[in-house]
Amino acid sequence: MKLPRWFHQLGSPPYVYRLIDKLGPWLGGLGCALLAIGAVWGLAIAPPDYQQDEVYRIIFIHPQTAYVGMMAYVVMAVAAAIGYIWRLKIAHAVAVSAAPIGAWFTFCALVTGAIWGRPTWGTYWQWGDPRIMSETLLLFLFLGYLALRGAFDDRDKADKVTAILAVVGVVNVPIIHYSVEWWNSLHQGPTILRGDGPAMTTDMLLPFLTTVLGFTLTFYWLLLRRLQAEIVEREGDARWLRELLPGSAA
Amino acid sequence: MIEFLRMGGDGAYVWSAYGITLAVLVVNIWLVRAKHRAALSRARAIAAQAEVPRRQPKVHRVQ
Amino acid sequence: MRGAFYAVFARDLRVAFRRWSELAYPVIFFAIVVALFPLALSPTAAQLRDIGTGVLWVALLLSSLLALDGLFRGDADDGTLEQLLMSPVAITVTVFAKLAAHALVTLLPLICLVPLSALSFNIPLAALPTLILALVLAAPTLSVLVALGAALTVSLRRGGAIVGLLVLPLTGPLLIFGTRATDLGINGEPTAAPLFLLAALAALALALGPLAIAAAVKVGLE
Repeated sequence: MKLPRWFHQLGSPPYVYRLIDKLGPWLGGLGCALLAIGAVWGLAIAPPDYQQDEVYRIIFIHPQTAYVGMMAYVVMAVAAAIGYIWRLKIAHAVAVSAAPIGAWFTFCALVTGAIWGRPTWGTYWQWGDPRIMSETLLLFLFLGYLALRGAFDDRDKADKVTAILAVVGVVNVPIIHYSVEWWNSLHQGPTILRGDGPAMTTDMLLPFLTTVLGFTLTFYWLLLRRLQAEIVEREGDARWLRELLPGSAA
Repeated sequence: MIEFLRMGGDGAYVWSAYGITLAVLVVNIWLVRAKHRAALSRARAIAAQAEVPRRQPKVHRVQ
Repeated sequence: MRGAFYAVFARDLRVAFRRWSELAYPVIFFAIVVALFPLALSPTAAQLRDIGTGVLWVALLLSSLLALDGLFRGDADDGTLEQLLMSPVAITVTVFAKLAAHALVTLLPLICLVPLSALSFNIPLAALPTLILALVLAAPTLSVLVALGAALTVSLRRGGAIVGLLVLPLTGPLLIFGTRATDLGINGEPTAAPLFLLAALAALALALGPLAIAAAVKVGLE
């Protein structure tokens, strides 16, 4: 298969490193600014919910972190698959960089969800709620990936083996999600935890979408910065890297 | 202002959720920075070791 | 191809029975785990039946993890696996043969033991056919997942500790449908839905699993 030119350029570490230097500040600045705006908007300006009153304001951060966690897993698996199929080292570096960030965001979603659960459902943790369970398993998948990577000394081998795990995992994520959901619908027990609620009004939807975009951009900013560090680690003593280092003779 | 911080009695929940999210973001930024700095200083150490300028290998063309 | 399959299959069985005492470890482990739960909970007869399903299935998953070291490690250490990879036989065939042999010697004894233990948990005799069917349908998926764990860690000296972290999160759907089928069977309700889903998982695992396992083994031995 013939690949376009930009694909090859994206496979070149110096090119990517410099591209991120140019792109990074924009992504990070915009992402953090949107998060700040969204937080102020959501906390102070958006009207209180008529059912949940003020506590609903967690909705401006909790679903976003959960969604970023899942997106991180998909990014990781797709990058790992590209790295495995086309033997592209930089794609492996992307996959490695996405894993810890995704784990952090998933953890954050679980914690904020527990905090939100206490006043609305009366419990911090509900074993058996589909979303909590699939999010928990997602966190375990991230941790398994990181543990497996940590066990290898040889980086090339670690790249390929963890790529297989990531791809198997991404096949499993939807299965896990739906199996947990079916399990509950098969279950005749009370389903108090249907947090669908009424559709959102515009004055809540706008800050919601602002933080969605803010978290997404912040995730990609963190990912690219981590990728830069990963590239430096992997390139070792490459010539282009030496020219870039401040304080050492080029 | 106090009313804003109380969040209708649920202030502890709302603010702790926002605080933890902020903390996760800050920790992530700090982790990335630390990793980048460590990688750069390692690369610098390697570069300093290889300071002796490498000559380009001479190529003799066979006419 | 069929000849290669039987050759690998028969050889793995012979090797397994030569070290037959190791085959007993998972079975004994299963019995111990199952015995520990009533000790820890001191349940009444009715409670015993309520926890029984979950205890048995979780114990099955845990003890099947105990047996995976023999799947690829021994052959990787003495170079047999490399020879098998170099032979003209498709690697998925080899993997399939090894999986079948492994499932026969490790999963089958466990599957025989589960219904027996179920009786000790006051699970009614009438629910046993469903339980056995669910176990048989779950076995291929479980075998593929365990083998995947073994394949991913084949080049690690101390891979055993990490395998649980990799495999157990993936067993979630299996556990859900297995316990659902068993519970519905105990209550005398129709069990077709979770059993079909277990069969679907088995089909998916058998179709895609050997590819992933073969790839992981290949990378591990590079």
